[in-house]
Order: sequence, then structure tokens, then C-alpha cells
Amino acid sequence: MKQSIIYLAVFVFGILLAIPGLIPNYFIENDISKWILYLLLFFVGIQIGANKNILNVAKSMGFKIMLVPLATTIGTFAGAIAISFFLKERSLTDCLSVGAGFAYYSLSSILITEYRGAELGTIALLANIIREFFVLLLAPWLVRYFGNLAPICAGGATTMDTTLPIISKYSGSDFVIVALFHGIIIDFSVPIWLSFFLSL
Amino acid sequence: MLSIFLFILSGIAVGYLSRNRTHLKHVGSAINIIIIFLLFFLGVAVGANKQIIESFATIGLDAFAIAITTTLGSVLCAWFVYNRFFKNDKDRS
Repeated sequence: MKQSIIYLAVFVFGILLAIPGLIPNYFIENDISKWILYLLLFFVGIQIGANKNILNVAKSMGFKIMLVPLATTIGTFAGAIAISFFLKERSLTDCLSVGAGFAYYSLSSILITEYRGAELGTIALLANIIREFFVLLLAPWLVRYFGNLAPICAGGATTMDTTLPIISKYSGSDFVIVALFHGIIIDFSVPIWLSFFLSL
Repeated sequence: MLSIFLFILSGIAVGYLSRNRTHLKHVGSAINIIIIFLLFFLGVAVGANKQIIESFATIGLDAFAIAITTTLGSVLCAWFVYNRFFKNDKDRS
């Protein structure tokens, strides 16, 4: 929660500085952010490559554990397709790209900004932060009405870090391994889905 | 778009090869700093773009709508998978 607030504050600070024109144009139109984005992707790759847990976790649960990230992905894309009929200004691939952030708002908003512009990037940032907050705020209610997997699938890529404590609390510690595995798989899939949808 | 893959894949290769080194701990903080930096510049790009600022209410509503339907879709699929594949496990054990 604390980290998302810092991210949001930095974003808002940037907006507030730029509205009165306090930031020179040089910083607004340049290619530096693209190269920093590549550096970010490289570091994200290092984290994935260095992760030792994933195979052990998968072995301990068997095939069933694969169904959880699958449910998240299918449900998210179904929701994105459904809403694209109601949002006239957003295309289908716009909605799918925002959905493919899976609450990983930092990486998704930055990638979407680079390829679709700051407007959709901002939507991605807000939509995916809201998704994380849904889980943090509604986890007990989700578990009661939709079962122990509900906050995990709702949490998307965040279930390996920011929403893990709350999932452990309300779904039970039996589901921590599921949440970790799910978070790692979804996390990894975000840049893959995004590069696919953004190229359509 | 290919470049996204290339950078992630080379990162995965480097990460896998050096997975037993201790300095990997710093990668997390490096990512954090880069994200803060890039989000600041996303904010700057938004603030400098009059069109976005003027339509901020619409943008916020669209974001909220997408967040609700994508979360709801996932929750419903989670419900199905839980009832079909996970619930009975508990009864048996």
C-alpha cells in the first residue's frame, strides 16, 4: 500500500509541475525514457531469471495450480472485451492492453505510454492501481462470496508481493503458495501480453 | 516491439546465470528507482498535455470501468475454478 501511494504521489507531482509549464520541453520530448524503459525491462528479466522458487512450487501443487493464473487471464480479458463495447473512445486492443496490466500498474502504464501515448498510459496506471486497491479493501468480502481463490485472481501480478499478506490473512496460509506461483506467472506474462496487444 | 522481448530475455539469461550471487538483491531497488523516475515523467507528459488534463474526468471513469470489469471477470473465473477443482480437496483431507 505504501509503495503504491509513493508511486501515485510521484506521478501527481509530475503533473502538478508540468501544468504551469515548469518543466522544460526537452524533458517532455526525448528518447531517454525509452532507453530507461529498456533498462527496466532488463532488470525485470533478471528478477524472473534469478527466481528459484517457481519450479519447486509448481511441482508441489501439481497441474491444478496452473488453472489459477489461467482463470485470471481468461476472466480479465473477458472483462476487458465486455467493457470495450461500452467505452466508445477506447478500442478493443486499448482495453485489452490496460487489462493485461493485471494490476502491475508501473510496468504496464510505462509500456503503454511508450506505444499508445500518455492518455492510455494514464488510464492503465489508474485502472491497475484501482484493481490492486480492490483486493486490499475487498479481500474478506471476495473470499466470503467467491471462495478462497477470488482475491488471488483479482490481485493479478501483485499476489507475489503487495497483496500477499492480505491473501494469506483471508484465504488462509494454505493459499500462500498458490498466490506466489500465480503472481510470478502473471507478472511474467504482463510484458508478453502487452507487446502482443500493443502490436495489433 | 521485438526490443521488449530482447531486453527481457537477455535479462532472464543474465538473472539465471547469476542466480546465486548476492548482489541480485539490489536489482529490486534499482527497479523501484527506475519506476519512480519513469512515473514522474509520465506525470510530466500528462501535465503538459492539455487534452488529457481537460478530459481527466473521462479518463478516470474509463479506468474505473475497466478495473471493475477485469476484476469481476477474474473473480468469477476464480469462483468457478475454486468450486470445481479446489473445494472438494478440503473435504477429503
